[in-house]
Amino acid sequence: MSDIKYSSDHEYVKIDGGNGIIGVSIYAQEQLGDIVYVELPNVGEDIKKGDEIAVIESVKAASELYSPVSGTIVAINEKLNDEPAFVNLDAEGEGWIFKVALSNVSELDELMNEAAYNKHIS
Amino acid sequence: MDLDKENQKTSLYDLHIAHGGRMVDFCGYILPIQFQGIVAEHKHVRQNAGLFDVSHMGQISISGADFDTMAVALEALMPADILSLKKGEMRYSVLLNKNGGIEDDLIITRGAKGHEDEDIISIVVNAATKNNDLAILQNELSELDVVLETGRSLIALQGPKAAEVIGRHSSVADELIFMQAKNSKIAGFDVFVSRSGYTGEDGFEICVDDENAPALVEILLNENEVEPIGLGARDSLRLEAGLCLFGHDMNKNIDPITASIIFAIGKRRRSDGGFVGAKAVLEILEIGAEQKRVGMMFEGRMPVREGAELIDENDEIIGYVTSGTSSPMLEAPIAMGYLPIEKSKIGTGVCALVRSKKVYGSVVKMPFVKQNYVRALS
Repeated sequence: MSDIKYSSDHEYVKIDGGNGIIGVSIYAQEQLGDIVYVELPNVGEDIKKGDEIAVIESVKAASELYSPVSGTIVAINEKLNDEPAFVNLDAEGEGWIFKVALSNVSELDELMNEAAYNKHIS
Repeated sequence: MDLDKENQKTSLYDLHIAHGGRMVDFCGYILPIQFQGIVAEHKHVRQNAGLFDVSHMGQISISGADFDTMAVALEALMPADILSLKKGEMRYSVLLNKNGGIEDDLIITRGAKGHEDEDIISIVVNAATKNNDLAILQNELSELDVVLETGRSLIALQGPKAAEVIGRHSSVADELIFMQAKNSKIAGFDVFVSRSGYTGEDGFEICVDDENAPALVEILLNENEVEPIGLGARDSLRLEAGLCLFGHDMNKNIDPITASIIFAIGKRRRSDGGFVGAKAVLEILEIGAEQKRVGMMFEGRMPVREGAELIDENDEIIGYVTSGTSSPMLEAPIAMGYLPIEKSKIGTGVCALVRSKKVYGSVVKMPFVKQNYVRALS
């Protein structure tokens, strides 16, 4: 079982060894509505916590995704190029957006666990 | 002074909540942005029938003289041929300023024959501009009674199944063609109903007293073909249909010729003028506009939205996008915007800048999807 943490901006990080798998929460995809395009970052990019990394576009609007952690991007979910709707269908599973080799694991402590996040959105 | 700035609920507020509407503030009203989701709602309207609450729109009534007198007075304010309107006919028009810029777009309807309201001219205007429009009309038509109606809801039933659904509750589907209106009954309720809309589909717009609106809407929503539709799909539907949104695709600095809505200027009026802004508009008609509103389609999936710049091969900015989204029916980015006349021909390549990235596409014919208006009774 992977551990999952959330930011107050509704991004999640799933901890997978030394990597973090990042996406938007189920709650966030509900709020965004039908997702029609995801602008993915590039593998190899060094990113800092709080950087604008991806853009998620619904019929109605474009929303920025800010990275909840720092590190180097090691993978992107290329399936979203053809099927951006995976973010709606399975936001915290098949709808992940990118994977980061974490450079500062202590940043995870600043994020919310599932219970705290559920409280945050209620 | 308007101290009470709180957004208003429409008569259908409780119904929207009951049907799971996600409510937003919109032009002073609390209205649903979506119910089941914009794409599903959009497709439902194109394939079945969808019900919209458009009670935020301004409904203005003009009375106090015979039709010809009122038509002449209105023709001084707008470029439509109003004198030739027959009873129960409606026409699209615009209010212009002295420079020929568009202050608002509207639908004007002559009262239908055989009803106590047959000598009333009614105008439906945009929600955000209704008070401004009312002031213009009251100021310029001081001899007439110009009233912003309250206590009336406006609902729209749109889609290829709309006529069949209405036909179960009323005879109007067999009596009206596109851009005609009449007083009638639907499911026993008194309504003023027109065959018109903002989706490109066949459909009806129904004016009904607030007290009867929820019951009428409930009856229509109980029909299998009908789902409630929010503002999100209303916007994507009108964009696919190539229809302008005031404040976005046109504004007070854009004239009707540049906005590609020359049909809003009656033929007789193109030679005779005699309306506010006529001098400027007729001059542009004569020499031609420098820019034009066009439809565009782009490659890939990334939406090209309002505000995106359009650039030429030298990266010079030559135009801009005024509305854009991912078309639910075409599954491609569609947009409207302004380009120089010489770059506005169908098929001309365009390039938009989205977050500093170049997105390529071309000028295409509008509407993006076929319009399905009923122009003759079978």
